[in-house]
Amino acid sequence: MNLRPEPLVFELSSPGRTAVSLPKGDTPSYELPAGLVREDSKLPELDELTVVRHFTRLSQKNFSIDTHFYPLGSCTMKYNPKANEVAAGLPGWRNTHPLVGAEFSQGAIELIHKLQVMLGEIGGFEAVSLQPAAGAHGELAGVFMIRAYHLSRGDSKRVKILIPDSAHGTNPASCTMAGLETVTIPSNAEGGVDMDALKAALDDTVAGIMITNPNTLGLFERNIEEIARLVHGAGGLVYGDGANMNALTGVFKPGEAGIDVMHFNLHKTFSTPHGGGGPGSGMVGAGKTLAPFLPGPVAAMEGGKYVLRDPAKTVGKMKAFYGNFGVLVRAYAYIRMLGAEGMRRVAENAVLNANYLKSLVEKDFPVKYPRRCMHEFVAMGDIAPGIHTLDIAKRLIDYGIHPPTIYFPLIVPEALMVEPTETEDKEALEEFAAVMRKIAEEAKANPELLHAAPTTTPIGRLDEVAAARCPVLCYRG
Amino acid sequence: MPFVANSDADRTAMLAAIGAKSVEELFADIPAGRRFPKLDLPEPLSELEVLREIESMASRNVTASTCAWFLGAGAYNHFIPAVVPAIASRGEFLTAYTPYQPEVSQGTLQAIFEYQSMAAGLLGMEVVNASHYDGATALAEAVLMAYHNAPGRDRVLLPAALHPEYKDVVRTYLEAFPARIEEYRGDPAGAALDDKTFALVAAYPEFEGELRDLRPAAEKAHAAGALFVVQADPVMCGLLKSPGELGADIVVAEGQSLGNSMNYGGPFLGMMGATAKLVRKMPGRIVGEAKDHEGRKGFVLTLSAREQHIRREKAVSNICSNQGLVMLQTCVYLAAMGKGGLKTAARLAYDKAHYAAELIGRIPGFRVENKSFFKEFLVATPVPAEELAEKLSRRCVVPGLPLSRYYPERRNELLVAVTETCTKAQIELLAESLKEAAK
Repeated sequence: MNLRPEPLVFELSSPGRTAVSLPKGDTPSYELPAGLVREDSKLPELDELTVVRHFTRLSQKNFSIDTHFYPLGSCTMKYNPKANEVAAGLPGWRNTHPLVGAEFSQGAIELIHKLQVMLGEIGGFEAVSLQPAAGAHGELAGVFMIRAYHLSRGDSKRVKILIPDSAHGTNPASCTMAGLETVTIPSNAEGGVDMDALKAALDDTVAGIMITNPNTLGLFERNIEEIARLVHGAGGLVYGDGANMNALTGVFKPGEAGIDVMHFNLHKTFSTPHGGGGPGSGMVGAGKTLAPFLPGPVAAMEGGKYVLRDPAKTVGKMKAFYGNFGVLVRAYAYIRMLGAEGMRRVAENAVLNANYLKSLVEKDFPVKYPRRCMHEFVAMGDIAPGIHTLDIAKRLIDYGIHPPTIYFPLIVPEALMVEPTETEDKEALEEFAAVMRKIAEEAKANPELLHAAPTTTPIGRLDEVAAARCPVLCYRG
Repeated sequence: MPFVANSDADRTAMLAAIGAKSVEELFADIPAGRRFPKLDLPEPLSELEVLREIESMASRNVTASTCAWFLGAGAYNHFIPAVVPAIASRGEFLTAYTPYQPEVSQGTLQAIFEYQSMAAGLLGMEVVNASHYDGATALAEAVLMAYHNAPGRDRVLLPAALHPEYKDVVRTYLEAFPARIEEYRGDPAGAALDDKTFALVAAYPEFEGELRDLRPAAEKAHAAGALFVVQADPVMCGLLKSPGELGADIVVAEGQSLGNSMNYGGPFLGMMGATAKLVRKMPGRIVGEAKDHEGRKGFVLTLSAREQHIRREKAVSNICSNQGLVMLQTCVYLAAMGKGGLKTAARLAYDKAHYAAELIGRIPGFRVENKSFFKEFLVATPVPAEELAEKLSRRCVVPGLPLSRYYPERRNELLVAVTETCTKAQIELLAESLKEAAK
């Protein structure tokens, strides 16, 4: 890791420098619109080598999957195959345009179509739209669809969505953006949905439920079919949050178990890189009831040609054009390399790795729900007086490991959510467990080491409260 | 098996360690009848074979690598310096995630801060967030932000000449709220504002190319108590006045033009900037400066009390994953192009577009419809534009967007975009081809 402070691009700027060579003008020059000519766009001026060194040095201040174990729970930080990058970088994709016309983009629509079919098969869905650009975007599309379905039947009193208390924050936030109210359903003693609370909440104002399975505790919701039956019985629909689908590919088809609409995160389960925050892809699959409401366009085959069409009762466009196409190419390459057997192997090894790691770690870091887990587990970090999960996370950094997700899910105090993924080998898991054991010992013998951590990084813990109180969000020269 | 590290021997050892007889046993919570369904997927292929298959599909698209390219309409074929993909393909950037742990994410965080700073300067705003999915969703979220900012007001005015897909996305996002979306024609300064209007939206330039001085519209919007929201071409801001200088409160832009390929429409970059007083209403990730206990300067995700992971149903937006890597590409692009480079590229696009308009305007039966434009202009054609597009595209001259794709009744209008990548010879070929095809 690069520990040296790196100046900002503005501090490296020197008047008259440039990192690009552009062609000379070969046409006449025309007068610019009066009154609109700009004095200064305020961009910096750097030569090319300075640009390359600057950003390369910045890159060396990151932990990433390519450089470090990254067991960030709920984010499925699996290896991102390099072949995906080659596939997505082909000029035939990069340099074609969304409006060139179906006849001149048959290859692109074919890929969309084939990926729709494959993802529909993996999820057990009737139809798929690849339009949403991220998981939360897929959720929003899904709740829009549920809302539109009820309204299409003249049922305008269904304004509530039930959400288990273990859910991601995006679930309730998506409901708010779709104008729906959120009702929180508590979890039961074994980490699943409290069925009595669910039954009590069901009435004719309920539009549906959003359910993450496996849930954020890393546990499979055993009552999934019963939950779907009850919600359907009350006239509601079931949204599946597919953030944790990595546990289930080739193992379970949500669409066959009563899930009406669901998003998958192609940047989690289907190996596309997270890019420091995105781009992702949050495709949505739907069963018979909701397929006509999917966001458009979707690809279809008509008369031997690939075409793009809007579903009959579409909720509309979620973004311009057809989704994060470059991400779709990567996911397509991945599924084609793995096939049916490979998809099942992914889930099996993701779950095996998580259970093996849990068994190695749980003696030192108690796991609240000690059942067999799926692809991840949630431990707790307050293992010694004055020691918190944050201290464990920061100390892991000193040992060269990216911390797990911390303080989530909210229903586990001092949560440490660990997702190793199937692409890590047994030795990597054992090394992580050995480090955790060492940190557990330090927590008792020398807690100061944890409180002071990390000490091997360019900066120590930042004062986030002060940063939010007087925000500095731009270079001020 | 590709991408799964453990061998069969490893698995056997691990199963023994956790006291399970088989991998299947780990899935006992799944309803028995639903476990391990048959997956009907094509047989798996090797890396070599998969790439061959994908290459064959990719080769069936018409591309700007091999054609004279004049199609824009929201996705533009601008030049991308080699340094941009070289940096963005580094695994340390590519395979990291949202920088939740600042100590091991200073690379991503500083890059976001630099992007925010450069984009703010370019757009003339005080704050820029770390990205939206694209320009259309950035606009939709900006309109929602303006709506929530003005309780009691329920009306937003959109230009009739806004990108039709942006209109669709705004409609989708506002569907659940009792907000009225109305359109105005022509100059936004002439839009019928009232005391129920929460936002006046203007495009700079409009989808159909028209470029206007927005200062009078900004004044009218503010006088009516509405926010002035501008959707801008960010390349143009390297040459012409920024929306901020013209009085915008919120600026959104499609950042694809700044260092990103057309990619059949995505991933793109939704840029959003605002005045400082709106920052706590702004959606999306924002990075700020912070200090550690030794006083060392670093960067951190900040103002997260706006966001879904803290506020859940009370958050200002549900956005979580964004377009981080695309933002990074734009960050590198802006640093590499710099003040001079972006201005030169914008000026080249401007001159070449005006040269193209001059040549096309001289062809009998063709007429350029705009009074003022930047790099894209609308042409009235003597024959249906779709016919022209089809004929020319077959000959590897992609002449622009027939407006009938969005407005079936507008058959004889072609939207032509010219960037710095077009040569004089290609522009002349376009004009000759149009003339020939319209005969």
